Amino acid sequence: MVNWKVILNIAKTHLLTKIKQTAIAALGVTFGIGAYITLVSFMTGLNTMLDDLILNQTPHIHIYNEIEPSKNQPISLYDEFKNSMNVVHSIKPKLSQKKIHNALPIINYLEENEQVRGALPQIKATIFYIAGSIEIGGNLLGVNILDEAKLFNLNDYIVKGSPEALFNTENGILLGIGIAEKMALDVGDRIQISTITGEVFPLKIVGLYQSGIADIDAMQSFSNLKTVQRILGEAENYVTDINVKLYNIENALPLSKKIEQQFKLKAVDINTANAQFETGTNIRNLITYAVSITLLVVAGFGIYNILNMFIYEKMNDIAILKATGFSGKDVQLIFMSQAMIIGFIGGVLGLLIGLIFTNIISTIPFQTQALPRIKTYPINFNPWFYFIGILFAMVSTFFAGYLPSRKAKKIDPVTIIRGQ
Amino acid sequence: MSTVLEAKNVNKYFKKPVLFHVLKDISFKINKGEFVSIMGKSGCGKSTLLYILSTMDTDYEGELLLNNELITGNTRDQLSYIRNKHIGFVFQFHYLLSEFTVLENVMLPAKKLGEKSYQEIENDAMQKLKILNIEHLATKKASRISGGEKQRVAIARALINNPSIIMGDEPTGNLDSHNSENVFNIFKQLSKEQGLSLLIVTHDEDFAKKTDRIITMEDGKIIA
Repeated sequence: MVNWKVILNIAKTHLLTKIKQTAIAALGVTFGIGAYITLVSFMTGLNTMLDDLILNQTPHIHIYNEIEPSKNQPISLYDEFKNSMNVVHSIKPKLSQKKIHNALPIINYLEENEQVRGALPQIKATIFYIAGSIEIGGNLLGVNILDEAKLFNLNDYIVKGSPEALFNTENGILLGIGIAEKMALDVGDRIQISTITGEVFPLKIVGLYQSGIADIDAMQSFSNLKTVQRILGEAENYVTDINVKLYNIENALPLSKKIEQQFKLKAVDINTANAQFETGTNIRNLITYAVSITLLVVAGFGIYNILNMFIYEKMNDIAILKATGFSGKDVQLIFMSQAMIIGFIGGVLGLLIGLIFTNIISTIPFQTQALPRIKTYPINFNPWFYFIGILFAMVSTFFAGYLPSRKAKKIDPVTIIRGQ
Repeated sequence: MSTVLEAKNVNKYFKKPVLFHVLKDISFKINKGEFVSIMGKSGCGKSTLLYILSTMDTDYEGELLLNNELITGNTRDQLSYIRNKHIGFVFQFHYLLSEFTVLENVMLPAKKLGEKSYQEIENDAMQKLKILNIEHLATKKASRISGGEKQRVAIARALINNPSIIMGDEPTGNLDSHNSENVFNIFKQLSKEQGLSLLIVTHDEDFAKKTDRIITMEDGKIIA
């Protein structure tokens, strides 16, 4: 039978009469939790930004025709050499078309799949940007610009102009900002490009594109699917790549395997292509949590220390409580509840401090060439962090309070009353 | 006459630093409404006996009965409950919770017992303070009153749950003669008017002489 009202009342009186020590103990927790919230919000904000930098533009599954040597060379079909070791020198890749055969039916088929958010056709063309006598090598990507903007956030990377402008302009081009700078061009100017076969086309610049990765910006431009088909002199079913975006990224690997088998095409899933990003994210998270836990352990020792001191000061009180009928458990609960109150108040204040800090940080200007759409430091305001934060505070104060309170429970009132 | 407290063949040993037989085969009874004092020289084991009787010390041999019920061998939680409900304590040093007011100190054991409402407990506490003529101190912090007053507050606290017996370990040992007199008169009055049983360990011969019965101890044995 525990009388919580009495116990909490005693705990409260103890804490209020030692308000300075209580405040210091609570501040330890506040500092730890505040630092945790700030750190984790900022770190995951940065993580998301860095991941988005690459992953937003990367399809979950990329389907294309791989140029590679045949796995089965003719000699392996010859029975007489079946049991011998064959060495073939200078294997050349098999001559195959870049085009995906039956691309449009495949796209329709994929769009019908429930896991697929969208399957977009692309044409990759190697071209030269021509400036007088100078030719600069590059890529021209033929895309369905409005769909790309919707599924791959292309909008975020168009620093001048808009996807609609490209969609509405027949011979338009979204020029990579690196090329635009090299050739001193801007929106509204015209640029000449030539294909590998030497044909020259003039295109109108309707926008500038900046991915944040300088190498890409110095090479890549976008145009409408039809425009590129015309430049290459190909039919309307000419598609070299299909980019698939899924609802759930976890399905990328199994689906890509299925596509490879079904259509005999190369299908690369996002995790295989970008495994290093996940590693980076995990390590940054690890550092964040290691630092936060260290801070909280330090705060926990602070609470442990102060409670220990409390208990030494309150020896007489403990003895008298026990003599007048409070059990060891009651006394333990008195000191445990003191620890938990410190933890809770300190934790809530810490959450507040964290919220204030992250709000301040999120208004600090942060501009970099590589990240055109970022104007201030990125912060991840995730309610989950606040839940973990308060949980952290309660758990660490629980352990910090447990040991001293167990000592209080075991104090023998007789030795204290007689010892005076 | 019904028996409030009975000790049967109580033996107690101190094991450290060397084995020492402190209490040797102690047996006695205290009747309801009796005012008993225990006297003896320092180190004769009278305080040790009192702490065994108080149920705080459980490391002994023999049997202890409170209101004719065996309490030897009860769990610590059960003993806490017994102390709370049936036994009131007054110590040589006043042992009030210094951060609480006088009234809160008196109310605390009753709140722990939790048998009455807050209002009833407060009324009871005020009434006990009135009996002891200290109701004007009710709202003062326990650390701000004099020694004699503290001892009276401690007595009020001992009375709050209407216990079967009040035990005192030299309750007047730390008081001047005037206050000692005062405390004795309060005990006497309680014993007479309310039929309360009292067991007081004391050095003070004048104090002991005025009680109903004196138990004299020497070398861990009752000699008279």
